[in-house]
Amino acid sequence: MSKGEVVLLDCWASPFCLRAKIALAEKGVEYEARAENLFGGKSDLLLKSNPIYKKVPVLLHDGKPMCESTIIVNYIDETWPSPPLLPSCAYERAKARFWADFIDKKVFDAVCNIWKSKGEVPETAKNEFIEILKQLEGALGEKDFFGGDSLGFVDVIAIPLTCWFYAVEKFGGFKVENECPKFSAWMNKCMQRDTVARILPDPEKVYEFVITLRNMFGIE
Amino acid sequence: MANEVVLLDFWPSMFGIRVRIALAEKGVKYEYKEEDLKNKSPLLLQMNPVHKKIPVLIHNGRPFCESPIIVQYIDEVWKDKAPLLPSDPYQRAQARFWVDFIDKKMYDSLRKTWTTKGEEQEAAKKEFFEVLKTLEGQLGDKPFFGGDNFGYVDLSLIPFYCWFYTYETCGKFNVEAECPKFIAWVKRCLQRETVAKALPDGKKVFEFVSAMRTNLGLE
Repeated sequence: MSKGEVVLLDCWASPFCLRAKIALAEKGVEYEARAENLFGGKSDLLLKSNPIYKKVPVLLHDGKPMCESTIIVNYIDETWPSPPLLPSCAYERAKARFWADFIDKKVFDAVCNIWKSKGEVPETAKNEFIEILKQLEGALGEKDFFGGDSLGFVDVIAIPLTCWFYAVEKFGGFKVENECPKFSAWMNKCMQRDTVARILPDPEKVYEFVITLRNMFGIE
Repeated sequence: MANEVVLLDFWPSMFGIRVRIALAEKGVKYEYKEEDLKNKSPLLLQMNPVHKKIPVLIHNGRPFCESPIIVQYIDEVWKDKAPLLPSDPYQRAQARFWVDFIDKKMYDSLRKTWTTKGEEQEAAKKEFFEVLKTLEGQLGDKPFFGGDNFGYVDLSLIPFYCWFYTYETCGKFNVEAECPKFIAWVKRCLQRETVAKALPDGKKVFEFVSAMRTNLGLE
């Protein structure tokens, strides 16, 4: 199954790194995860491999670096084709890419708008977040997963962001389960998958991490 | 089998131009529909309800949105002619990275060179030149970003050129003086018939932008 050496420059709480880890796990690819200290001092390898953004994740396959999580997941899917994450039909593939792009443009910013708020979280920030999840519910429709019967590209792109939702719920004073039950049901289905359940960090730990970030940014 | 292709577009949009070049490279016949962005058609709103933006490609009634996704779709469907993306997965990841970089960096920094004044405009100009120099570095000694052949990154970047006359005039700078390698690459692209035909005249874009700047109270 292994085709060469695979290294992932990583940060445990980063939903973007989690995407790569889930994709690699789904494909049964062995890899070495190297934890980066994003606040203490980034490694020379990270700075050399991602000189443009200096961010994680970076995937190194036989020493060749790739950056940007959605591009990395796409590469993993093409290099280790089984089981496939992207659909084989060109139209369905374009739709999957569209929703992955939507998630990239919208979800994490909305998450950050909530936890970065000083004092009470504005209603607009909460409503915007919920509205985005409702749009994703529309894309999901009656399917179990965005990928259909099984985990697909969009599921892998979306599910890691959900481990930040507990923090969002605590600060925002709402529950995703109440506001977007269909989305919540999809989250639960994903968590029943072994790869997802063992890779996603405990949302409580992420919440504590977010509090640390708030202290660092002088928000509390 | 009927192969009906419709493009909802707006003539100076660099994102729309990408799709026009891709279709031309593949020799695909299509119907071009100009959208009035102040009065969007019911078809546009129906085909792109999420973003309500152009370009939208409609192929046999099915909509495709977001220019990089549209171009990749075109490359996959009409795969027998003029391949746009590399065949090697690593090279493909690199190509996608650079188009993503262009989309993250070019549009916003460029927009600020004609929508702002004073210090903000100076900062936008500085950022824009940094972006161009990064791209020059990536190009290196290759004739195109795709190597010997015009490809996905070239196609995604060249449409910005028809806006350069506008940026240079509003921002009072000259790209060729700062980034001659970049302009040399532009000239190579313009030798391609598909590109030369798809890019609107820079002065026409400037007239359009001047009218918008007047409305924004910038001149």
